[in-house]
Amino acid sequence: MAINMRPKKNPMPTQDPKVRARNFDEVALGYDEETAIDEAKRCLNCRNPSCVQGCPVRIDIPAFIHEVSEGRFEEAYQVISRSSALPAVCGRVCPQENQCEGKCIKLRLPVLKDGKPTGEHMEAVGIGRLERFVADYHRTHAKEEDRTIEKNGHKVAVIGSGPSGLTCAGDLARKGYDVTIFEALHVAGGVLMYGIPEFRLPKAIVQSEIDGLRKMGVRIETDMVIGQVYSIDELMQEQGFEAVFVGSGAGLPRFMNIPGENAKGVYSANEFLTRMNLMKAYREESKTPIEHAKRVAVVGGGNVAMDACRSALRLGAEHVYCVYRRGREELPARREEVEHAEEEGVDFQLLTNPVAIIEDLEGTPKTNPNYGCVKKIRCIRMKLGEPDASGRRRPEPIPDSEFELDVDCVIMSLGTSPNPLIKSTTPGIETNAHGCLIVNEETNETTKEHVYAGGDAVTGAATVILAMGAGKKAAKAIDEYLSSK
Amino acid sequence: MYRIVKKEVLNPTVSRMWIDARPIARKAKAGQFIILRVDKEGERIPLTVAGTDKEKGLVEIIYQVVGATTMELNQKEEGDFLEDFVGPLGRPTELEGYRNVCVIGGGAGCAIALPEAKELHQLGARVTSIVGFRSKDLVILEKDFEACSDRFVRMSDDGTWGEKGLVTKALEDLIQGGEKFDCVVAIGPLIMMKFVCDVTKKYGVKTLCSMNPIMIDGTGMCGCCRVMVGGKMRFACVDGPDFDGHEIDFDSAMMRNTMYRPWERKKYEETCHLFQKEVH
Repeated sequence: MAINMRPKKNPMPTQDPKVRARNFDEVALGYDEETAIDEAKRCLNCRNPSCVQGCPVRIDIPAFIHEVSEGRFEEAYQVISRSSALPAVCGRVCPQENQCEGKCIKLRLPVLKDGKPTGEHMEAVGIGRLERFVADYHRTHAKEEDRTIEKNGHKVAVIGSGPSGLTCAGDLARKGYDVTIFEALHVAGGVLMYGIPEFRLPKAIVQSEIDGLRKMGVRIETDMVIGQVYSIDELMQEQGFEAVFVGSGAGLPRFMNIPGENAKGVYSANEFLTRMNLMKAYREESKTPIEHAKRVAVVGGGNVAMDACRSALRLGAEHVYCVYRRGREELPARREEVEHAEEEGVDFQLLTNPVAIIEDLEGTPKTNPNYGCVKKIRCIRMKLGEPDASGRRRPEPIPDSEFELDVDCVIMSLGTSPNPLIKSTTPGIETNAHGCLIVNEETNETTKEHVYAGGDAVTGAATVILAMGAGKKAAKAIDEYLSSK
Repeated sequence: MYRIVKKEVLNPTVSRMWIDARPIARKAKAGQFIILRVDKEGERIPLTVAGTDKEKGLVEIIYQVVGATTMELNQKEEGDFLEDFVGPLGRPTELEGYRNVCVIGGGAGCAIALPEAKELHQLGARVTSIVGFRSKDLVILEKDFEACSDRFVRMSDDGTWGEKGLVTKALEDLIQGGEKFDCVVAIGPLIMMKFVCDVTKKYGVKTLCSMNPIMIDGTGMCGCCRVMVGGKMRFACVDGPDFDGHEIDFDSAMMRNTMYRPWERKKYEETCHLFQKEVH
């Protein structure tokens, strides 16, 4: 097979930025079969593939890409599904540039022109794009599998139906466990449903993953806030669950503790995105309100901040600022999200930090309909100083550099602290100083026997793939414990 | 789906329902709330648990028709189903250890004050209930309060029911008359709770207030229900809904509750037309 030595990845076809910034349809359109095969042929099929080391769930990447290069897409899917429960999701939301693609050997190969090095290096193989292609191919082509799994009689409870819970439940159900997922919201999917917007991760894809679990016999009970309606002890002692996996996710949003944060028009990103994605507040007929702001400042630089910026545009904002205290290199969001946000017109105010939100306090609530609403955000310019404990250079304010931006909405996207509910209602379960559940790194078991945990409840806000990896690890440990019981 | 087992109209805009939700009935305590959605497209609204029937597995809710969602809820009758009913949420009110308590309810807030009065009565505290309504035709839960109160003070704005005046006046009269309450539980409109706290602060009487900010998930995820208490940001859904009234920033809470007023009004009017009801 001829290897394709073109230095650049096949570009991802996308909706035109001007068009998509006003609709909620998926931005990236995906490779077609021909492009996928062509991209797959860029893989050198390394003997010691470092991409696999970069993947938190260790997908056999060269093997699946090889299948794609031969046009055997369903076989490629089978390779991926040995390691990953949610490839259609991960192909879309993984930060590949820091994981598999960040380790691709191609990044170290010089680009030659007329046989001489140009000083540039090649682009990595588009692993994420291929993963997405394969998963989408499977979803639209695979025939309904009708295999009955023999139950082994052991009952396991999974708390939360986000990426870690879905993965853990799927792995255990495949092995014959009787799995019940308890979800606090009215729909399953966790952050995949309430957090990540439709234009980045269509909800139909998440729904099809969840339907797949139901077909495997996983029971999903929505409207169940564990810790309140049942405690973990009750699940184990009264309802016969022999092991519990806690994937309750991220909790309360952080704010900056600056003046004006309670003004009307200040949202946490969680609230803004929940209104949009879970409650569909962007639809005219929705019964849940959301502010259709004209000028928006989103504070923060992660994926959630990018989602908030781009959602605000789609709600009709004329100008959206992304205010981030460090520089472009330090933006924690996936590179593709930053690029997409820029193409759509998001105005990045880098090395900038808010110091106050200014409310409209002219007149009285009776005479001024905007009384108490956000009017401006006052910011200060920053510079990067010495590296801090995290190894990143600490941003420091530049004296006398304050300025104001006219905005009518501020969205705080500064991360979250873990939800206190499980900790406060489960004797024997311990958390660290940040409130994250403490687990054994080998098994993901918490300090309470036979209770396991993973995802953001353990790590604090992190990625879908890390949560999935934790769900897998816990499923393996739960299987080892219960099968030897 | 959650079945409406019984419905009772309390006054022209306030009704109570008993919902079949055994696991919640088993756990819910005074001060906690539920979140419901009327139908598949519905918004999530929080309502306080007004009571439970643990034997029959029923949860009692009392609501006032104030907007589109409560109007839709009010269209439901016995035997109909609610799409979602989640709870119990929030922390129970800490009522143990008090001997002489004054429970103050204002308007529809009485629905939330009642379970507190019942619980205190059951715990053996001496309960004084001061209950206020705008007018006689809006009075709800009179018998319920009577049953659990050692002293029952009726107030109305126009004097058509009990004494004419505000609940704060009745409270101050009692305190000045030498009554030594070791706690006041005040539940009603924010402005009423604010003025009750002004009185109790003056006399140094501990006061608990139940906050009802705008909520979405109600489980400690979105941060919408933040309330400033003692200068710190607290979340009503997981830290509350009860807070020390002397520490609550009521002005900021009142402001935040008006965030969607124009939108709510528009939806309410649309829904009124839909059900061919008169717009109030």
